[in-house]
Amino acid sequence: MPKQIHLAAHFPGVNNTTVWSDPRSGSQIDFASFVHLARTAERAKFDFFFLAEGLRLRELKGRIHDLDVAGRPESLTVLAALAAVTTRLGLAATVNSTFNEPYEVARRLATLDHLSEGRAAWNVVTSYDAFTGENFRRGGFLDEADRYTRAAEFLHTARELWDSWSAADLVADPAEGRFVREDAGAFRHEGQHFAIQGRFTTPRGPQGHPVIIQAGDSDEGREFAARDADVIFSRHSTLEDGRAFYKDVKSRLAKYGRRPADLKIMPAVTYVLGDSERDAAERAAEIRRAQVSPQNALAFLEAVWGRDLSGYDPDGPLPDVEPDLAGGVSKGRAQFRGDRSETVRRWRELAEDRGLSIRELAIEATSRQTFVGTARTVADRIDEFVQTDAADGFVFVPHLTPGGLDDLAEHVVPLLQEKGVFRADYTGPTLRDHLGLGPARTPEETA
Amino acid sequence: MTHLHLAAALDGAGWHPAAWREPGARPADLFAPAYWTGLAAEAERAALDLVTFEDALALQSSDVLAPDHRTDQVRGRLDAVLLASRVAPATSRIGLVPTVNTTHTEPFHVGIGIATLDHVSGGRAGWRPRISASAADAAHFGRRDVVALTPEDLTSPAARSFVRELFDEAADAVEVARRLWDSWEDDAEIRDVATGRFLDRDKLHYIDFEGAHFSVRGPSITPRPPQGQPLVAALAHSAVPYEFAARAADVVFVTPHSRDEAAAIVAEVRAAEERVGRDGAPLTVLADLVVLLDDAPGAAADRLARLDAVDPLASDAGTVAGTAAEVADVLLDWRGAGLAGYRLRPAVLPHDLEGVTRALVPELRRRGAFRDGYAETSLRARFGLPRPADRYATTSGSSR
Ligand SMILES: Cc1cc2nc3c(=O)[nH]c(=O)nc-3n(C[C@H](O)[C@H](O)[C@H](O)COP(=O)(O)O)c2cc1C
Repeated sequence: MPKQIHLAAHFPGVNNTTVWSDPRSGSQIDFASFVHLARTAERAKFDFFFLAEGLRLRELKGRIHDLDVAGRPESLTVLAALAAVTTRLGLAATVNSTFNEPYEVARRLATLDHLSEGRAAWNVVTSYDAFTGENFRRGGFLDEADRYTRAAEFLHTARELWDSWSAADLVADPAEGRFVREDAGAFRHEGQHFAIQGRFTTPRGPQGHPVIIQAGDSDEGREFAARDADVIFSRHSTLEDGRAFYKDVKSRLAKYGRRPADLKIMPAVTYVLGDSERDAAERAAEIRRAQVSPQNALAFLEAVWGRDLSGYDPDGPLPDVEPDLAGGVSKGRAQFRGDRSETVRRWRELAEDRGLSIRELAIEATSRQTFVGTARTVADRIDEFVQTDAADGFVFVPHLTPGGLDDLAEHVVPLLQEKGVFRADYTGPTLRDHLGLGPARTPEETA
Repeated sequence: MTHLHLAAALDGAGWHPAAWREPGARPADLFAPAYWTGLAAEAERAALDLVTFEDALALQSSDVLAPDHRTDQVRGRLDAVLLASRVAPATSRIGLVPTVNTTHTEPFHVGIGIATLDHVSGGRAGWRPRISASAADAAHFGRRDVVALTPEDLTSPAARSFVRELFDEAADAVEVARRLWDSWEDDAEIRDVATGRFLDRDKLHYIDFEGAHFSVRGPSITPRPPQGQPLVAALAHSAVPYEFAARAADVVFVTPHSRDEAAAIVAEVRAAEERVGRDGAPLTVLADLVVLLDDAPGAAADRLARLDAVDPLASDAGTVAGTAAEVADVLLDWRGAGLAGYRLRPAVLPHDLEGVTRALVPELRRRGAFRDGYAETSLRARFGLPRPADRYATTSGSSR
């Protein structure tokens, strides 16, 4: 049997992939939009529905970034509601390990697992910046170097809490007069970041442990994933880049006693369909222009130049001023973290060579669509990526809310099903089943 | 006659500790979503104002200040905000009011969680902020040192000032939530293609809350909820929590055991409003009552006696057991003490909830004391509260 593909739907909402200027672009906050995308994904037998998280509105030049879609719900709360309108689709929430505590996160995820009857997943992210910290009790308390030691201990503690109830702890037998076993939920954890003890409130969920997703790219992030995660959400979405990442991460598994199939690699990707290759390419170019408005192009450059560029014409040449390397202008999740003077040098060269304006350069330099073509060629490409180990599947990020995956579901997924590389129907009730993960460890195993 | 407000308090197998052993109980289903959607739908069919969902960041205990080690009562709960959210799409009109701890949670997360519940339910969200003074609960978080207290200690000056501080912190948490809900003006989203702007940043506001226990910068990451300000309810038994309710809440649940006590408590609540200088609408005062309802005269009292013989009920709230007509008599008598209605705690689920919805509500309707169905859609409107203007809306261009 060929390798089976895993598919997930990323609710578009808050990022610069989402085209809000399109007349078909709906609300990023109405519950109906979430229902629409989730039902589309479930109709297409996707593995899971995914929500990102950003705990502070982004800022540019000390002011709230106003050019992109913003405004999102609290992830777990909206997923609990989606559990009511779907029956099989996995439900994945991004939840930060810095500005939360294990007891509460573990119980909310166990709750979602109960309320969805075994479909919960947690994308463990480590944003630690003081800017985001201003919304929380402890402020920016964590050093960058500690972000993954805290995340790893946070996750281990959560696993201890999920294991604090065994399946047998819930007796609920009136004849015996016993509701729970003695010490159900008892736990004690002593570590560098957490020293907690007591009783956990929530019985073990249907999956035992929710599916764990990881989305960091550093060496520590990859190591964390290799040891602890079931799925990696990556940005390595080209064939070559994907294969290198795949090889690197899968080779880290053995030292933790894990097999390659225990960790699924799912890059974030976009797609554009057309009636012909040419039609698709034209549409793709149109979407890119809509994603990078003139104002967005300037903002994109400002984040690298570190200075105000509002005097420049987006349709004119690149700014002739030098970047202000001391001046950080962007804050929040879109912050530029690369080598800025090197980036400026590269862009100038590119713009020079190809005669690109500011906007054209921004379009060129920001991520392009991954899969562009007819339904047939897109299905073939998706399959090729997976069969040649550039990925185990994909997290699709549509550019329209909420209908952005409709045509993928309708035209591409059936072709993948025909090829025998994607399920025709769900074979089990839980997300662990969809991902072929097998049962979570049990308390008995760790005792 | 104005109509009563009627809420149903959902928790576990019901409020009687022996409820889970009853023949109609479903103790094995307490963590299954269908159990809760079924109960909420039952309450909605009778047009009750709202349902509440109990919660705590600790296992239930017969002692609020310390864990017990009993195995013969319901133990274990789901997160109440998520539970309310799971129920939202399965209902369409009833209010959804989860309990949320304010001592160990992040006010920012709580604020966006309730805003999200309001978005998901189309304007039916509320919450009941709740403190925890227990050292055992604090040990679940390891973030603050709390001295273990016994019920006797609670009267000591140190314990009283500690509890007052927790309520002050709870008031701060509500204030943060309220500011976050207003931090996006209703028309902050503009989608202006000409200028490339999705947002009008002048309509987004830093909340810059600074309190003794936390500061929160804002703005929210969640747009203003449909109600503007979701409903805030408090359960209160004494002066300090009455003041907390008067400062922070829209609705207060109180626990009188007689009509006279109800009158005295209402007077205390009004005095607390006076002391804290509450402006705006006065608190809507609802009395909590544990209810047992049966058709045959004497049957409910017999049932209570039978349940108590297994495991006696010890409750902060009063208990009424009787036929629908008898219970209706009590409700209509006590309302004369200044109560706007009741939060009924069914002793046994689903039996006593069905007693409320299928017998008590029809009885109250016959007496002209309860509505026939829902008119308004938002939970605030059900309590006569308008959708409030945004507190930041008049201060133009306050964004940096
Ligand atoms: C594809 C992808 C998606 C991510 N999504 C989020 C997110 O929604 N919220 C968040 O706070 N961080 C997100 N992150 C950030 C990472 O989880 C991580 O915290 C950050 O990349 C720093 O870790 P690193 O140094 O290992 O990359 C994402 C990262 C990647 C690669």
